[in-house]
Amino acid sequence: MEKIVLPDIKDVHLIDVYLRNEGYNGAKKAFTLQPDEIIEQVKRSGLRGRGGAAFSAGLKWSFMPKTTDKPKYLCVNGDESEPGSFKDRQILEHNPHQLIEGILITCYAIGAKTAYIYIRGEYHKWIKLFEKALADAYANGFVGDLMKEKFNTDFFCNIYVHKGAGAYICGEESSLMNSLEGHRGYPRVKPPFPAQNGLWGCPTTINNIETITNISPIIMKGWEWFSKIGEPKHPGTILYGISGHVNKPGVYELPTGMLLTDLIYKYAEGVPGNKNILCVIPGGSSMPPLRGDQIDGVKMDAESLRAAGSAIGTAAVIVMDEDTDLVKVLERIAKFYHHESCGQCTPCREGTGWILKILNRIADGNGSIHDLDLLVSVAGNIEGNTICALGEAAAWPVKFMIQRFRDYFDKRVSREVNIPPINKVHSMRHTEIPLADGSIIT
Amino acid sequence: MEFKFTEDNLKRIEESLSRYPQKRAALMPVLFIAQEQNEYISGEVMTEISRILEITPEDVLGVVTFYTMYHQQPVGKYHIQVCTNVSCMLKGSSGIYERVKEKLGLDHMQVTKDKLFSLEEVECMGSCGTAPMLAVNEDYFENLTKEEADQIIESLKNRN
Ligand SMILES: Cc1cc2nc3c(=O)[nH]c(=O)nc-3n(C[C@H](O)[C@H](O)[C@H](O)COP(=O)(O)O)c2cc1C
Ligand code: SF4
Ligand code: FES
Repeated sequence: MEKIVLPDIKDVHLIDVYLRNEGYNGAKKAFTLQPDEIIEQVKRSGLRGRGGAAFSAGLKWSFMPKTTDKPKYLCVNGDESEPGSFKDRQILEHNPHQLIEGILITCYAIGAKTAYIYIRGEYHKWIKLFEKALADAYANGFVGDLMKEKFNTDFFCNIYVHKGAGAYICGEESSLMNSLEGHRGYPRVKPPFPAQNGLWGCPTTINNIETITNISPIIMKGWEWFSKIGEPKHPGTILYGISGHVNKPGVYELPTGMLLTDLIYKYAEGVPGNKNILCVIPGGSSMPPLRGDQIDGVKMDAESLRAAGSAIGTAAVIVMDEDTDLVKVLERIAKFYHHESCGQCTPCREGTGWILKILNRIADGNGSIHDLDLLVSVAGNIEGNTICALGEAAAWPVKFMIQRFRDYFDKRVSREVNIPPINKVHSMRHTEIPLADGSIIT
Repeated sequence: MEFKFTEDNLKRIEESLSRYPQKRAALMPVLFIAQEQNEYISGEVMTEISRILEITPEDVLGVVTFYTMYHQQPVGKYHIQVCTNVSCMLKGSSGIYERVKEKLGLDHMQVTKDKLFSLEEVECMGSCGTAPMLAVNEDYFENLTKEEADQIIESLKNRN
């Protein structure tokens, strides 16, 4: 199988090796085309974002205004903080020049002279590795002023690394831009979208690292080639990251639309001790979990997973065997979203806290059957009522885990309901919820 | 006590400023430089940064408190971070975290008396496929066993 993003070329992270393997030829070719032609090719290739939402990359670029007095920017999203995701760091380590080349082509296509790559702060090592590659690219004239000579073009752009400082929410695109501007990482209300109003109020495109790393091969080999790989509606390869209870966890680059069971049993070599699978989260902890007995025939692409009741997210597959304590898992997930909520929206800020407290109680063995309905209700009142999609990310695991594993959760709570059901927990004026044990959460 | 950046760091700040069209955008990199020099972000550090970037000290404080990697108290010489998020949890990270807690006698965000160690329970670090993990300052240790976690702590102790 052909690999696009992480090719099997030894030491391709070194600029010499990269150059010997047609490195920077994609950019060379791109600069002979018109920016619009590039956007059109990327659109036709069918490339969709690898950062979570699977939005068409070419279409997103086409939203950038053609005429504007303002500078335009490219942001490359390397915040990679979604629990279960560890793929972008492989690109930073093993194929940084293809990422840099993708940035050059993208900047040219959208008319940006400056690109910022926002990398999560904990990735000290990978930031250093990428910075080394970037310095080599600068020194060899592939980035910055010297590009004009090197590529014999009028175009040039600069690439800067911006280091995050430990906040999951900064992966959300508008939060990332606020963070880059030196503010708290608060997501912005959309619209306006970044193409109109991004960094410093200027037109901005934002893409994930993996998305951008696909660009040079698409330009080199043509959109038709790319569009024929994997699932027609979501073509190309994906870096599937498999973790949890599998024998060979890791990142596997394979075509889109792989069978989830093939990923788990063929590539990750199955579950230790040949245990059954209780639950799989197919796209990172924000995405709806699937029951282990419902994964047969499920394919890993945006449409197929939607049909199966989940989402592709970052293709971070988390596998849980039959002995997993799902209450503990959900409690930990809830703790994460509560910790990472930026606090701007009441439903998210308060709701994630309530969810965590209820799950703490269930995990301690003090939950009642009513708590399960309460969890679904609180989650339902976060979903759709917030500025950014962290609301959904916090709500989905809870809602779908309880609904899909109701039998499991039922066994973990007492059947006694000793308080009247509350059906208006979502009213903003009710900040107190009486709990089964008579205490109050505020 | 007044805080001043070293000459070298002032140069690094200059370089940071040149990357952005507005001064304020250099706040995050400048905070990292300050933390490197001063170990933590004190009130004096924030005042000095606000002066350099022409924003208020409150602007700086707002940012410092938003991000987990800026510390307002000194952390230990070896800041141990244990991920307990889902993928690590499935691979036994709670055992690792408990072991480290016990060994150092620390809880989340505490520092040993000799200031050698501090402990932080962290969210997903991007090592899910090589779980469980812990980080010492900037370095990751992956595919850990409890025994290896012990050894890491011991070898850090012996280094001093
Ligand atoms: C809470 C939250 C966290 C996110 N974290 C990331 C991230 O770490 N990396 C990323 O590329 N996209 C992340 N996204 C998605 C971005 O908002 C954005 O859609 C993406 O970077 C666009 O790039 P793409 O179109 O190439 O996928 C996150 C979204 C949300 C709501
Ligand atoms: S949904 Fe949550 S994380 Fe997103 S803006 Fe609102 S409070 Fe912040
Ligand atoms: S869950 Fe621990 S590194 Fe991802």
